Amino acid sequence: MEQITILEGREKHVFEKKTGAEQLDISCDTSSLSGSVSQRACVFCGSRVVLYPVADAIHLVHGPIGCAAYTWDIRGAVSSGPELHRLSFSTDLQEMDVIYGGEKKLYHSLIELIEQYKPKAAFIYSTCIVGLIGDDIEAVCRKVANETGIPVLPVHSEGFKGTKKDGYKAACHALMKLIGTGSTEDISKYSINILGEFNLAGEAWIIRKYYEKMGIEVVSTLTGDGRIDAVKRAHGASLNVVQCSGSMTWLAKEMEEKYGIPYIRVSYFGIEDMSKSLYDVAKHFPERPDIMEAAKQVVSEEVKELYPSLQKFKKALTGKKAAIYVGGAFKTFSLIKALRSIGMSVVLAGSQTGNKDDYARLKEMCDEGTVIVDDSNPVELSKFILEKEADLLIGGVKERPIAFKLGIGFCDHNHERKIPLAGFVGMYNFALEVYQSVMSPVWQFAPRKGVKV
Amino acid sequence: MLLRHTTKEVKEREGLTINPAKTCQPIGAMYAALGIHGCLPHSHGSQGCCSYHRSTLTRHYKEPVMAATSSFTEGASVFGGQANLLAAIETIFSVYEPDIIAVHSTCLSETIGDDLQQITRKARDDGKIPEGKHVIFASTPSFIGSHVTGYANMVTGIAEQFAVSTGTKKNQINIIAGWMEPSDMREIKRLSKELGVKIVLFPDTSDVLDAPQTGKHVFYPKGGTTVEELQSTGDSIYSLALGSISAEPAAIALEKKCKVGFETLDIPIGLTATDRFIMKMSEVAKVSVPDEITEERGRLVDVMADMEQYLYGKRVALFGDPDQLLPLTEFLLDLNMKPVHIVSGTPGQRFEKDMRQLLDARSPETNFKNGLQADMFLLHQWMKNEPVDLLIGNTYGKYMARDEDVPFIRFGFPILDRIGHSYFPNVGYSGGLRLVEKILSALMDRQDRDALEEKFELVM
Repeated sequence: MEQITILEGREKHVFEKKTGAEQLDISCDTSSLSGSVSQRACVFCGSRVVLYPVADAIHLVHGPIGCAAYTWDIRGAVSSGPELHRLSFSTDLQEMDVIYGGEKKLYHSLIELIEQYKPKAAFIYSTCIVGLIGDDIEAVCRKVANETGIPVLPVHSEGFKGTKKDGYKAACHALMKLIGTGSTEDISKYSINILGEFNLAGEAWIIRKYYEKMGIEVVSTLTGDGRIDAVKRAHGASLNVVQCSGSMTWLAKEMEEKYGIPYIRVSYFGIEDMSKSLYDVAKHFPERPDIMEAAKQVVSEEVKELYPSLQKFKKALTGKKAAIYVGGAFKTFSLIKALRSIGMSVVLAGSQTGNKDDYARLKEMCDEGTVIVDDSNPVELSKFILEKEADLLIGGVKERPIAFKLGIGFCDHNHERKIPLAGFVGMYNFALEVYQSVMSPVWQFAPRKGVKV
Repeated sequence: MLLRHTTKEVKEREGLTINPAKTCQPIGAMYAALGIHGCLPHSHGSQGCCSYHRSTLTRHYKEPVMAATSSFTEGASVFGGQANLLAAIETIFSVYEPDIIAVHSTCLSETIGDDLQQITRKARDDGKIPEGKHVIFASTPSFIGSHVTGYANMVTGIAEQFAVSTGTKKNQINIIAGWMEPSDMREIKRLSKELGVKIVLFPDTSDVLDAPQTGKHVFYPKGGTTVEELQSTGDSIYSLALGSISAEPAAIALEKKCKVGFETLDIPIGLTATDRFIMKMSEVAKVSVPDEITEERGRLVDVMADMEQYLYGKRVALFGDPDQLLPLTEFLLDLNMKPVHIVSGTPGQRFEKDMRQLLDARSPETNFKNGLQADMFLLHQWMKNEPVDLLIGNTYGKYMARDEDVPFIRFGFPILDRIGHSYFPNVGYSGGLRLVEKILSALMDRQDRDALEEKFELVM
């Protein structure tokens, strides 16, 4: 096989777990090397994906057209009602605006939009050049909020001001301004907010139903199938349940500090983690043993139905190997467990935005020989997929065609998933999707992987 | 409720764009650069730009799309991006080993005033560009023009920075491809071969973005115009620019630098635009048109005749990019259809003038707008006020098509939800046939769906 080398300066972002290997000292939480073919995005992207599912708000992108065009309805975050979030609004800044400033254009755009759609709130995203030309978007937002009477929230998401994670934080910052402005009357003591669940393919609905079956009130989902009124009263919940740790932990910490709401970290992927996320919530209310009973009931009913249906997939997939490269590291943990439950091992695990603790935990979980990568690139991914003879890659849009060119299966665990992968039913869907792709007859028509012709 | 957010009443908007019928320059530059063999496009800006462009191109082509980024940080934005770009050039040549790096700017690097010419010259002076390797650049500020402008700027950069005039003419013709699909470029090459004309086509994304499954991920697929070919364009006898917006600027640059004469034609979409292309090729290269091509033409005309009763008067709304819209509109008129609404987000008086001229002569009542606020929201409003039988445009048209319950044909960029555009051309007579087939299938499927039982026809 051709030897593919790792990019210079990237050695510290890659680690292979071996017996007697050196201490894990993976380099992460840094911006990418200039000139690398990184799979990462920017601050704006982080803010946009977090706030996007809020369906009854206006999302106005203040900048040249591209940022609005590329983020127009690309995330399958579904809404049960209004769908304002699926439109693309931009101030489409031109050269003259860059020279003379875009505040006037922003103001008029906002007034026009709010008049037309009567939204519950408006989010205004700053893009790179807004940070440079010095538009005072705070002032414009204040003015429009005064004139229209709705919350108009600036999101400081200039692309270059950090990584995608900083974008998550800017989004959470905007949400924090809404939280605490609604009435908490009639909220049960046994209540939660679901944080970091974006209702891709309707996943939040599945999770919400489990908690409701346990007798728990879900005050708000941040931000899947999101509504401004629900966000406003989120401070009335007794517990924050945080998924997708990268995006929402900051918000959970802020809410803990400001409103004294404790939080727990959960994951809804795979039987083990899904069950745990129900039990952990139940444990939070020890004075109500019936909640734990109900949680057990939910798990037992679901697993009873799910477990036999997984066996067909497990039989076919046992011994197959997977490579994982996703946005957040927390998801990787669940995926490793979920893959194991259908007989598959993980030979490559990586993320775009993991931190030191995440990677330490990843190392602990992984088998010998597993390669761990941070902020990887197509050369590295191809190299390890071939070397480790993976049969499946789990990733996002840019990784899909690489897997297919290499002749292995693929599962989108990112924005473009088409079926819910969360919850118990999600585990079935996940197994089915992996099975369909890995066992597809198409691979037998492909030249043998990595063999030199 | 799905996306039923378009109001019927058209109001003047001050600044606001809703559902754009364009995107920004850099993605066009990236696409053009992928049409050079062994080239790694490089985005000089924030990481997100590069990521969005790669994702969009990947969704459109279902292919890996490689490009690097300067990964701007706050520091770079204060002190300028020179250090980032110099470091990037070094990294790219040592690790990804392209023959060429094609750098394009972004709104960010343009606003802070980075001068790509100066920085790439410095890279050369500092010995950061290895022997036999190249760095080219194009200035592509996102706040001017559209993705089409960015494509044109990069193609111009390619022509300007590669073409060499040795003093000895070569018996070949440059064909400068306006924004078209790999399948279209392949078809242009096939037609030229049939005609017996030696051409240099650039850029050429065939065998790059329609690559076969090989069991390998190849960083630089086998397609793309080579450096030698690009250098030789300065010695060609003539250039044909296909598209006044996306291709002509490169032809002008070539004429200026190497005195290669040129003519601008429409992208050969439809019967008459293809006629003009074939006749011009035959005239410039002094070859006669072979029977095979005449017969291809005959087959298209035959189908147009066979089906004329199903096409007559059908009302069409279309949106997209200037160089495609012009010949497409002409073709619809040749098919005896009625273009009712035309929208393009790409600004420019040249396009406005050319389209007006075509419409004034053959369809003066057509609604047409390009540039600012010429977006899909406006098109949708027009459709609500004056309904159509068919909508033609990129994937985003599906919202309007669904809302208005109108048959819809995907055409243009991006197409995120169907395949075919990479493999089956829209240009040439065979491309015309494909378009007629698609139009008829869309209209007739609808007719079958809606027909009363007694009017449900077996033979159509």
